[in-house]
Parts: sequence; structure tokens; C-alpha cells
Amino acid sequence: MSCDFTRTALHGYLDGELDASRSAEFERHLEDCRDCAKALEVEESLRSALQRSSLCERAPASLRKKVRADLDAATAAPVAHRIPAWRWVAVAASILLVASISWYAWPRSGSGTANGVAPPPFTAAELIDAHIRSLQPGHLTDVASTDQHTVKPWFNGKLDFAPPVKDYADDGFSLIGGRLDVLGGRNVAVLVYARRKHFINVFVLPTKEPDTPIHPPGLRQGYQWLHWRHQGMEYCAVSDVSVADLHELAQLIYQ
Amino acid sequence: MSGIDKGSGSDVLDVHERARFEQLVLPHLDAAFNLARWLLRSREDSEDVAQEAMLRAYRFFRGFHGGDARAWLLQIVRNTCYTWLEKNSPVELMTEFDEELHPQPSVSPETLAIAGDNRERLGRALETLPPRFREVLVLRELEGCSYKEIAAITAIPIGTVMSALARARQRLQRALTQPPVQEASREL
Repeated sequence: MSCDFTRTALHGYLDGELDASRSAEFERHLEDCRDCAKALEVEESLRSALQRSSLCERAPASLRKKVRADLDAATAAPVAHRIPAWRWVAVAASILLVASISWYAWPRSGSGTANGVAPPPFTAAELIDAHIRSLQPGHLTDVASTDQHTVKPWFNGKLDFAPPVKDYADDGFSLIGGRLDVLGGRNVAVLVYARRKHFINVFVLPTKEPDTPIHPPGLRQGYQWLHWRHQGMEYCAVSDVSVADLHELAQLIYQ
Repeated sequence: MSGIDKGSGSDVLDVHERARFEQLVLPHLDAAFNLARWLLRSREDSEDVAQEAMLRAYRFFRGFHGGDARAWLLQIVRNTCYTWLEKNSPVELMTEFDEELHPQPSVSPETLAIAGDNRERLGRALETLPPRFREVLVLRELEGCSYKEIAAITAIPIGTVMSALARARQRLQRALTQPPVQEASREL
């Protein structure tokens, strides 16, 4: 027969939910009570079986996609899309002005980056220029292939670093090719992904700076960008897809 | 500008709210699916219900003012699952939760270890438990929730989470160490 402690304290003890004094009290009790000692052993055995069992199931990719689509449908389009065309130039100019100020100010004034994170070696204007240039006919890719094993070796001998190349077609971001570009006077690798009918340029260059998280989105001339550093590489993803989509790709690459 | 965008009474969220949702809530999609999967016992149904729950969470997101985002989401998932069960499988919900805790003789840790080493058997045993027992076990053992979180998600008073877990564990041990009965092979 179990003693009273089995009912009142054993599970709390097992789950680490007893306060220090009750926990100590129960441990003293365990030394004398064979029932509780055995019951605890049984419970621990059950717990370890459950935790070893890999019963935990991950959300399937199909669910992830459906949720994304639902969120897209329930999210208002960015304000910029609703501005009449004739006002666009003025709006774009003012956004660009604010944007370039905040870009330069970001590394020093950002509240989370007070510990002196170095700025990217290129400006927002250069980045957006490079993106827009790539969208002109025939400029998007130097090597057009959906095969990461074709795109990755293509960079060999053209750059003094090997950019990580991966296709994320299963997650809705198909690799469509790569190209060389120049950003801030440096040669960079660009990976091009397609998201529905939109293109995403991911600029990659080596860096000696420490890793930084995916930086909150910036909006320039209707293009979104995200910046991060990971394992000695500096990344900047630019596109006109939603921030959410861009963030999803950034996270896939960051892994 | 953004004031116009939000609109009054609209359940359409703007891109900033979307980004916040992605950051706080979406990372718990796996936990949401896992809870639904064990509550409904069917992967297909749980995919639908988890999807519905995520959309509901998104629509309610303006009402979330910080705190434990996972517990907040799982509460919505649980409610969506129970609504589904009420409609599609009301028999499931008829088990009395407050059943007596019977003293249980002679289950040895060794027997349990052997039974528990079989993932399929363990999963089947868990599925034979009534949903209210299943959910506390899933939350505690698979998701690592604290008593406080379990209380918030399941609406059980925090003082009774421990005894709910004690009963659920006892039921699981019984299901594991007894040979499968008809109930175990019953299909939904």
C-alpha cells in the first residue's frame, strides 16, 4: 500500500515542483519508506521511457505551408502598395532618405547592438541598386540551375570563398541560380531564389565579424531586406516578397 | 497611415503584427501540432485542427499582451481540439476525470522499462487514455510544461495539476503493463 506521501508529494518531487523544504522533507521520508522509494523508481522509469520514446511529433511541412497561406490571407498588404502611382516618387524619396539615415545609424544606435556590431561593408543604396539591376532582363543569373550541386561548384575559381548553396524548394523557395556581383567594391556571391513569382537575391560574402541574428526588416523603395552574419559569412536577403516570407528563407539559410 | 490600415473591428493584421506573431507564436507550431495529434489521435485531423487553431490564434493575437506565448497558443489549440471532439467524437469526452486513485501493486520498474522501450506500444498505451489524462502527460512529459503552464493551458486549478498527473501516470502504467484489451484496438 502506498503511504500518504505518495499522493501528496511524490509527483511534485518527480517534477521538480516542490519547494526546497518540502523537497528535503520528502527525501528524508524516502530513506525510511520502501513504498515511496519503489513508487518513485517506477515513475522515473516511466518518465525515461516517455522521454526516450520520441513520441513527440513535429508539424508536417504541409501544415506549415497552409498556416503561411492563412497568415498571408489574413494580413493586410503593406501600406506602400496602396499608394497611388503618382505619389510614389515622393514617397519613395522620403522613405529612402529616412532609410539611409537609419541604415548608417543602425550599428551604433540600435538598442540591442550597443556592444559595437560592425556595419555591413556596403550601404542600403548599393544593396537596393544591385537588386534592381539584377531584375533587368538577362541580369538575374550567371548560372541558371535549380541544382545546388551545379550552382555551388560554379562559384569555384571565381571567388576566394565558397558560399553555402542550398535549395529550399520543399519549403517554397526554389533555387534558380547564382551570379557574381559587386557590393561596396567587393566581389560577392549572389544566390537567387524564386518565391511564387517573386525573386529573392541573397548576397553572400565572407566576414571576420562575429555572428549576428537576423536583423529586423528594413524597407527601401518597396523592397524588403534582412541582414545577418553566421559562421564567417555575411548575408543580405533582398526582395519584394513579404517580410514574413523573407524571414522564413533567412531562417532556413541560418540553420 | 497605419491607422487606416488596421480598420475598426477588422481581423486583418498588419505586417508588423504579422512579424511579431511569426517571432513569438509561430515557433510553437510543432508543440501545437503535437498536442492536437495526441488529443485527436489522428495525424490528418490534427493537421486540420492545428491549422484552424493557428488562424484563430492569429486573429486573437491583438488580445495577447505578452507573457508565455506557448501556453497562450496551446490553450487555443486545446480548446479547438475539444470543440472538434465534442462534435466528432463526443464519447471520448465522457470519461470521468476524478476517478479514484487506486493503489497499484507490483508493477516493477523493469517490467515498465521493457514495455516502455517499445515506442509503438507506448504510443498505443497513451492513446487508450481519456483525453484529459493524455493531455497532462503530453504537456508534462513531451513538452516539458511546468504545473503553472499546464494549469493555464488545461484550465485545471494549479493545486490539482499534481494529482491529475499522478492519476494519468497510473493509468498509463496500467495500460502498458496489462495485455492490450479490446479498448486498445478500438479505432476512432
